[in-house]
Amino acid sequence: MQLTVWTYEGPPHVGAMRIAASMRGVHFLLHAPQGDTYADLLFTMIERRSTRPPVTYTTFQARDLGSDTAEIFKTACREAVERFRPDALLVGASCTAELIQDNPGGLAAALNLDIPVINLELPSYQKKENWGAAETFYRLVRAFAPAPAGPAPARAPGRLCNILGPTSLGFRHRDDVTEVRKLVESLGITVNAVAPLGAGVADLARLPEADFNIVLYPEIAGVAAEWLKRNHGQPFVAVPPIGALATGDFVEAVAAAAGIDGQDVPAARSRLPWYSRSVDSTYLTGKRVFIFGDATHAVAAARIASRELGFTLCGLGTYSREFAREVRAAAAEHGIEALISDDHLAVEEAIVAAQPELVLGTQMERHVAKRLRIPCAVISSPVHVQDFPARYSPQMGIEGANVIFDSWVHPLMMGLEEHLLHMFREDFEFNDAAQPSHLPQATPAAGAPDREMATAAGPLIEVPKALAWADDAERELKKIPFFVRGKARRNTERFASETGVRTITLETLYDAKAHFSR
Amino acid sequence: MTGPATINTTSGCGPAQPLRQRGQHEVFCGLTSIIWLHRKMQDAFFLIVGSRTCAHLMQSAAGVMIFAEPRFATAIIDERDLAGMADMHDELDKVVARLLARRPDIRLLVLVGSCPSEVIKLDLAKAAERQCALYGPRVRCLHYSGSGIETTFTQGEDNFLAALVQELPEEPAGAGPSLLVAGALADVVEDQFRRIFEALGIGPVGFLPPRASTALPHVGPNTRLLLAQPFLGETAKALERRGARHLLAPFPLGEEGTTAWLKAAADAFGVEPGRFAAITGPGRARAKLAVGNLRTELEGKRVFLFPDSQIEPSVARFLHRELGCDIVEIGTPFLHRHHLAGEFELLPDNVFVSEGQDVDRQLDRCRAQKPDLVVCGMGLANPLEAEGIATKWSIELVFTPVQGYEQAGDLAELFMRPFARRQRLKVSA
Repeated sequence: MQLTVWTYEGPPHVGAMRIAASMRGVHFLLHAPQGDTYADLLFTMIERRSTRPPVTYTTFQARDLGSDTAEIFKTACREAVERFRPDALLVGASCTAELIQDNPGGLAAALNLDIPVINLELPSYQKKENWGAAETFYRLVRAFAPAPAGPAPARAPGRLCNILGPTSLGFRHRDDVTEVRKLVESLGITVNAVAPLGAGVADLARLPEADFNIVLYPEIAGVAAEWLKRNHGQPFVAVPPIGALATGDFVEAVAAAAGIDGQDVPAARSRLPWYSRSVDSTYLTGKRVFIFGDATHAVAAARIASRELGFTLCGLGTYSREFAREVRAAAAEHGIEALISDDHLAVEEAIVAAQPELVLGTQMERHVAKRLRIPCAVISSPVHVQDFPARYSPQMGIEGANVIFDSWVHPLMMGLEEHLLHMFREDFEFNDAAQPSHLPQATPAAGAPDREMATAAGPLIEVPKALAWADDAERELKKIPFFVRGKARRNTERFASETGVRTITLETLYDAKAHFSR
Repeated sequence: MTGPATINTTSGCGPAQPLRQRGQHEVFCGLTSIIWLHRKMQDAFFLIVGSRTCAHLMQSAAGVMIFAEPRFATAIIDERDLAGMADMHDELDKVVARLLARRPDIRLLVLVGSCPSEVIKLDLAKAAERQCALYGPRVRCLHYSGSGIETTFTQGEDNFLAALVQELPEEPAGAGPSLLVAGALADVVEDQFRRIFEALGIGPVGFLPPRASTALPHVGPNTRLLLAQPFLGETAKALERRGARHLLAPFPLGEEGTTAWLKAAADAFGVEPGRFAAITGPGRARAKLAVGNLRTELEGKRVFLFPDSQIEPSVARFLHRELGCDIVEIGTPFLHRHHLAGEFELLPDNVFVSEGQDVDRQLDRCRAQKPDLVVCGMGLANPLEAEGIATKWSIELVFTPVQGYEQAGDLAELFMRPFARRQRLKVSA
């Protein structure tokens, strides 16, 4: 058993539901107890979808367990097909139905329905949402773009591609697709099909017509793309174009896959490189940032943070275990160790230990950052309703990099204010207890709270008992602005224990500062 | 198995013969009631023993709107537990130890059963007993089921309160009559009722649940029970088993409901009619005024209620009697005839009631009837709005202070707002 306050991913059947809800003409029959229909409101409320998701639930109750839940499944199945007339039916079980083992696939097969039925095996106690989405998409692709009898044909590069991976309830998938399509078409490449978002089963059948595939979200379309490569000989490009550099790499990779010369590649660029180079951004240099999210977004964010914005990475992690290897490699490039965990409490501990000045994470890290009073921006699912905005806000491509520059820098205190805070500590309005003045003001907590993380996080950081702070040193420490104070305290204590100092004095504080050159 | 394909709505389907349906139920499970219970009882922690779906439900339905660590969590059962590689009780003990170390302020630990834990028959009673032995008396430990297979939405509160009843102290020997009000109410509503009872000379008055687990009201043969919520069948039974006498009344929604509800207590405590009129007079007048101001906007509107919380019959009664609405259908997940008898006396004899749900068929009925307003859950609200049907999402009836005189206007306002909004917006989607 695992103690879970927040979970990064839903169960695998929610992933399956996202695929069904992304597509046209696909209905999902889910064997599930009463109450599991809560998942509908992910779509109708968070994504503000205007139709009910194409999911029929059997919603069995306790009294049904004594009788025949299989019969309930069969009735629901027949009625759903009759009512919705889908082109294909997905059948699966939620976690509770998995325990009673009614075998949805076998039951549906016994009904001799006149439409294709795809049985989903979703091990709820083992796998999670993204896995469920990937598996469902893979099963659908296999069913409607069946492998040819012989070996996969060899393909020459060509200018017809598929875009794979975007789904309903994905973080900014709606706008990423628009942006990537624009980018790809500007290279003179034609998009054959986009799937699963907006696709019908006929579109899946057309997938093999394309010369190559573009995988935007490997978490969702990686397995299907591998299968298409093996069986239809389609190569794929899996360079998510998140950030200015990655967009450049993406264009290069796509051009190569399409057999396009370097001269044809448009010189379109985002504003991020200039904004980041302009002197107003100098103060961003070396800001300590902690990154957590799904693997695709976390790895992309790490590259942008360090190479495009000049931050220093003090933490990088993911909850996508399937992509742990990639994230470990990215972390190693930055000389840190990756955190691979789906335990929200472990992530919280890592953030406290890393003492970042900015957190780039999911909705969950937003909770943690708020508690620790660290600026935060959301870069990955899980997200909530405010991250399904009305405005155009891709993360990918040229415009995506612009959006990223604005949204990551916004939570930080602006340059001049930061300088002034360093110089004048006792202003009655602009001080540590106040929010950066460009952000909406929260009512200051009573008793002027110390913004240091050690205090905010309660007993999570313990000062070693052998170490004591002299009063004057403690006072001096408070003169360091809050967003770097935690790190300064850390460094000083580390320096003290390494050099055998028992009581930290003013001298120790500055010795440590000189030692660590910060 | 499912309801009849064609429904004759004119044949008078009153509470005597509700339409019973089996099919897809578009409702929450009982776990959802933790969302308000954890705020009502501040020293309680609700630990769900369930699956990732349960944790996901909690954070989707409420959690992601809460930007702080809530006083609920899920112990997620995993493969190792199911395969018997780990002893589930040992695992649960570890989770509880970690939790209590993290939250030393917890005084009441509530283990909440879910569909998976019920299906595998994990003995939470035994687990709770063990935690009591380990952490008591500082930390009490309770258990109840909030599983979807057994409970719908507000029934979770019913099961929790029923479990809490066994913890209530016995009323002291020689105690006079006392009043117990059961059902979680907003703090402000509770305070208003407390003041009214005091003015009427009714007391002592206890509320279940109390705001802290250390302030449990007592119960015994001299306790008179007033239900503040219509979904408390099990709680009422448990309290009656401990001697409490249930005062039947309509529920305190609107001026009429609140007056009838208070009157039931006043009569049981022998309050003079003159005194009752004097004390409740100002509140009644204010409620009538506030509701009356909105009546012109809502009079004659045809309202269809989907099942959600069991509050539907009381709401329909308020809409019908005080705002002049026509009730097209009252859907309720469970119809407690005895507790709701007072409501149905005030509703037309032929009001159409459905118990349970087959959501697609109910949507067919709803569309065919073309109501002016549909009261429904969040899974249906936006899709119906997109079809051009005005909706009021029902969960707000549970999350908003609506009981009592002072809230009668707010309750009416909830139903007026969808119309007002439609009038204001000049953009079409």
